[in-house]
Amino acid sequence: MSEENNVSRRDILKLGSAGVIGLAGSYLVNTMTGLTPVVKAATHSGKKHGNMNHSNNMTDVSKSEGYKMAEKLLTTFDYGKVSILPNGQTLRVYEVEAIDKEIEIAKGIMFPGWTYNGTIPGPTFRCTEGDLLRFNFINKGSHPHSIHFHGIHPPEMDGLESIYPGQKFTYEFEAKPYGLQIYHCHVLPLARHIHKGLYGNFIIDPKKPREPALELNMVMNGFDLDLDGENEFYTVNGYANAFMNHPIKIKKNQLVRIYLSNLTEFDLLNSFHLHANYFTYYPTGRNDNPSQFTDTIMQCQGERGILEVRFPYTGKYMFHAHVSEFAELGWMGFFEVE
Amino acid sequence: MKVKWLISGLIPLLLLIVVVAWVMINGAGIEKDPAAPIEVLNIERIDTTNNGFELSISNTGPEAITISQVIVNDSIWDFKVSPSETFKRFEEGKVTINYPWVQGDPHVIKIITDNGIITEGEIAAATLTPEKSWNNFLNYGFIGFYVGVVPITLGLLWYPFMKRFSRKWINAILALTVGLLLFLFIGTLADGFEIGAEAPAVLQGNMVVIIGAFVTFLLLIGFDQYQQKRLEKKAFSPFNIALLMAVGIGLHNFGEGLAIGTSFSLGEAALGTFLIIGFTLHNITEGIGIAAPLLKMKPRIRDFVLLGLIAGAPAILGTWFGGFIYSPILGALFLGIGAGAILQVIYVITKMLINDHKKHLEPTVSWLNLSGFTIGLLIMYLTAFFVKY
Repeated sequence: MSEENNVSRRDILKLGSAGVIGLAGSYLVNTMTGLTPVVKAATHSGKKHGNMNHSNNMTDVSKSEGYKMAEKLLTTFDYGKVSILPNGQTLRVYEVEAIDKEIEIAKGIMFPGWTYNGTIPGPTFRCTEGDLLRFNFINKGSHPHSIHFHGIHPPEMDGLESIYPGQKFTYEFEAKPYGLQIYHCHVLPLARHIHKGLYGNFIIDPKKPREPALELNMVMNGFDLDLDGENEFYTVNGYANAFMNHPIKIKKNQLVRIYLSNLTEFDLLNSFHLHANYFTYYPTGRNDNPSQFTDTIMQCQGERGILEVRFPYTGKYMFHAHVSEFAELGWMGFFEVE
Repeated sequence: MKVKWLISGLIPLLLLIVVVAWVMINGAGIEKDPAAPIEVLNIERIDTTNNGFELSISNTGPEAITISQVIVNDSIWDFKVSPSETFKRFEEGKVTINYPWVQGDPHVIKIITDNGIITEGEIAAATLTPEKSWNNFLNYGFIGFYVGVVPITLGLLWYPFMKRFSRKWINAILALTVGLLLFLFIGTLADGFEIGAEAPAVLQGNMVVIIGAFVTFLLLIGFDQYQQKRLEKKAFSPFNIALLMAVGIGLHNFGEGLAIGTSFSLGEAALGTFLIIGFTLHNITEGIGIAAPLLKMKPRIRDFVLLGLIAGAPAILGTWFGGFIYSPILGALFLGIGAGAILQVIYVITKMLINDHKKHLEPTVSWLNLSGFTIGLLIMYLTAFFVKY
């Protein structure tokens, strides 16, 4: 057989030369793995690409539907239809409808919500301690709903019973005690009914009116788009970064009163942090509760309170959840003091 | 007569058009809005640049999609979309995100449409996507050279050693080659399926692998039969077998190069040099396989060079393709073709073995052949330990 073998040793060496070159190159392989990049990332490089669509959600100043809703909820209070009863008591009648509605919760993103009167959060009901309240509730949604108010009232007015689609119910009770209450749907499964948007603030003013102030209503919440039990967006009044791009205008040294509640589902806590200033916090809006003078407070689900603050300097003051994740997912804003 | 015949072919076609038109206009009677909007957004590639991320995306769902928000690592982030925020069916585009990414950290990018549907893209470990520079091109080519050409050439160097074997031992070596190839065939198919699964669902990556494999297999057999008929040769030319094997193994190595190039460009190849040494060891056996059919002839030196290049060089092309272009569906197609080519070589060698033993009135599955086959499988299995992670 050996005579057939006309491949000489020298040829074999030639053949192997490719391999030798390869071996020598192992050093180069090591340099290959060292394609070490220098990170020069710039978040807001001023470069503009002519043919590209800009979606600057963090700096969007357009007044979208979602923003308009959040802005309206900030300063709109529903005092009901007022009349005086023969005994001198004030009667307030509120009309409340449960409606299925798509809500814009971040620029361009629609959330299939369950709402009271078409907004998330629902309207801010307001009255004075001792008033007789009547909530005419009509369920125009696709699921049974109810209104469960916080406060002191007879158990049959507590909203545990489901009001089925198409049905009506009138919740009637005397407003007490004064403070900041909340209301929400209490039909099972609870997490779903609340997370879908059935909640809001409910203010019972003390008989002796509070000092006049710029009054702001803020409900902290979250939205879980893919239903994995984790929120994708966090907002105040239902629209991500609403007051980030449209700062809330305030006058220097003006008293500002914020009615703040937490109805965030799936997360245990939410918080409120004010930059460059301190506020006085009255838990549940009660002056007789021990108050705090601070710049950060936290609220568990359903917790609420009143913040009172004056701004001594002009300029922009940031406020946001001090849970950084919530802040970066939409719960940020500015006060602009003039 | 001919007209009648043509009409008979057209009638079912016309009826089909009528039925389709009727259903399109009147509906099929099962109309119902889907419970949730059906949207399929594919993130085909994420490039990490100095300024942030660049995502190549396509809409392969049934409806148009509008991109409304982007969240990077649990933070709403600004982004740009081209050509426009709305993607029609099968439209492709780019999402550009300026982001101060951190070297080596995982990054999760969520793209959210106006319907609130979330598509997630993940960067396992952020590292700058290699630019298409000459330097990187050379570096990547060198990896391919090192895992492809080098080990196969080294494997071919066993030729003079094997040349002194007797006929029975040569057959055992061929059986060993069948073992090696069987392992490669299944491995190539599996890699094809893996890459195919990354392609958009509508392109059916798995079927592309299957089609590539079977069509290649039959095409090669058909071509072989045609050539034999033309040349009136009865036996397969050993060099042709070696050549076919080199082509099949070459496509397989293209797949390996693809995997290496992709993982390097995605920053996943933490094992680096170790991985490359592993592939080198693993692929030496491929050289032995290619040399085996040549034991019955007198090959020239340039035949070896040719075979080594055909079998090894595609690894270079693979690393370039994986590192700089990367298309899962093309990768799946190439791997399917490779699997088909390898299967054809298995078929030819097995047939050759059977014929040879029949001629000498011996059992084909002799203890020697069985041992060769098993050792072939085991060598591949054990050396693969170096490249699986």
